Amino acid sequence: MNVIETENLTKRFGNFTAVDHISFTVGEGEIFGFLGANGAGKTTAMRMLCGLSVPTSGEAHVAGFDVYRETESIKKHIGYMSQKFSLYGDLKVWENIRLFGGIYGLSGKQLAAKTDELLRVLSLESERNTLVDALPLGWKQKLAFSVAVLHEPRVVFLDEPTGGVDPVTRRQFWELIYQAAERGITVFVTTHYMDEAEYCNRVSIMVDGKIEALDSPQALKSTFQAKNMNEVFHALARKAKRGE
Amino acid sequence: MKQFISFLRKEFYHIFRDKRTMLILLAMPVILIVLFGYAITTEIKSVQVAVLDQSRDEATTRIIDRIGASEYFELYKVLDSYEEGEALFRQGKIRLLLVFPPRYASSSDAPVQLLADATDPNEATQITSYATAIISQWKMERQSEMNAVTAQSPGGNGQLSAGITPVVHLLYNPLMKGAYNFVPGVMGLILMLICALMTSVGIVKEKEIGTMEVLLVSPMKPIYIILAKAAPYLLLSLVNIITILALSYFLLDVPIAGSLTLLIAISILYALVALCLGLLISTIANTQQAAMLVSAVVLMLPVMLLSGMVFPIENMPVILQWLSNIVPAKWYIIAVKDVMIKGLSAGAIWKEVSVLAFMVVVLIVVSVKRFKIRLE
Repeated sequence: MNVIETENLTKRFGNFTAVDHISFTVGEGEIFGFLGANGAGKTTAMRMLCGLSVPTSGEAHVAGFDVYRETESIKKHIGYMSQKFSLYGDLKVWENIRLFGGIYGLSGKQLAAKTDELLRVLSLESERNTLVDALPLGWKQKLAFSVAVLHEPRVVFLDEPTGGVDPVTRRQFWELIYQAAERGITVFVTTHYMDEAEYCNRVSIMVDGKIEALDSPQALKSTFQAKNMNEVFHALARKAKRGE
Repeated sequence: MKQFISFLRKEFYHIFRDKRTMLILLAMPVILIVLFGYAITTEIKSVQVAVLDQSRDEATTRIIDRIGASEYFELYKVLDSYEEGEALFRQGKIRLLLVFPPRYASSSDAPVQLLADATDPNEATQITSYATAIISQWKMERQSEMNAVTAQSPGGNGQLSAGITPVVHLLYNPLMKGAYNFVPGVMGLILMLICALMTSVGIVKEKEIGTMEVLLVSPMKPIYIILAKAAPYLLLSLVNIITILALSYFLLDVPIAGSLTLLIAISILYALVALCLGLLISTIANTQQAAMLVSAVVLMLPVMLLSGMVFPIENMPVILQWLSNIVPAKWYIIAVKDVMIKGLSAGAIWKEVSVLAFMVVVLIVVSVKRFKIRLE
């Protein structure tokens, strides 16, 4: 069962084609890496899938809903975490959880149970009443991810979620991603870090608005006869004509 | 609804946890009222006066006494020469000089010369008119005393003065207190500041830190986001309006002649205009600084300069008078003065109310349109 399906999805801004006829599918519970240099069109593609931006042409369905007509339904069934920090620093840990639980319509009972579970998994029980601003960056990002999947969405979109975090914390962050995927949540993630690309089930690499490669990291490495994803990426990205 | 309440609660946390801003918002009306009430006053009080009395008779002595006794003037010195007066003007010791001609009392309508320091022309006009009023009042009284004497004396032909005596009665503000003018102005300023500036900064802040994106991806309706942002500031501005009214009533003795309910109702209407302006600014500005700057220049300056709060609109060039019509504060201040000072009822301010209501509708339509475009 596919959670994301796109067919020739395109977005133009005037004469500039930001996203150029991309087609791909992402299955349930899959961890899908969405790679590309800056300006390749990743963010635009992701915004269309989240219902924030209307495509110029092509088809796309997210969690079974159409990106043109059913954006409200899409929004209920997805989670989102941006490269900028997405929690409120002047709110306490539990207040942030309650806020986003409320926005996604969780009932009081569900929310209380979820809050306890989330804090236990992250070992943040003692920080329940701490202002989020006072937490270290790595903790904040783990918390932000957990809040993004609090309502058990069909798919969670992560836009460069681990920027500025040390490798150890990044590793822990990916453990959370795996746990979410095991629960059946599809993970759609963009990243700069090629070691993270290795963690994905499948990876697509965008160059100048088009998807130039799409396969498992293992298959990509053998196709491009590369030692690691970094070499694969550079082999493709070198073809890019667009600048930043 | 549950969504909305969760979000509204968050907005209140934002405001209450930012202690410094909170303190500024609550203290500002108090500071402004005290400042305008006691420091920045346009009223004339204790102006230093010198007198050059070349007559030194009973009439001039009594006039000088009266001038000195009035609360507007304080007798600085009785001079011996005209040059001395000029020196005092140059040193800034006095602002008014009275010169009585010789044999003042014996001539029936001898002129008194008034010399005023006109570096501040408005003040000079006021000072001279006060002094003139005191002198002519004294003259009138003396005239009627003399008439009474002549009428009683046998054989007197009752030569009554044919002079017309104007009786001046100042309506609504008999004591000519500046507070009657600036209290409505301060209300207009504070409401604009809190509702427009704080709302625009609040929304732009979410754009800046990136949480706006998360909210837009969520099922939360944008209109709820806007309403939840606006509600706390509306409440806060109501608290401020009540503070201002209480301060001006108890501290500055400004009466509330009309209906308090009506007064609060217009204030809410005006606050809505300000909120919509804040919303519009938030769709234009991308950083908090930009939002603040736009609010300050586009909103604060017109409230200060074009609303009639400081400078009378009637005295402005026609183009500015015309421009003042699009300043919401102008209409609000007129309505507040009508209700608060003159004690008029709702019927008298229908024009101001309709203008403000019209502004709300236009601004909401434009802002919502722009807010949607921004989502793209």
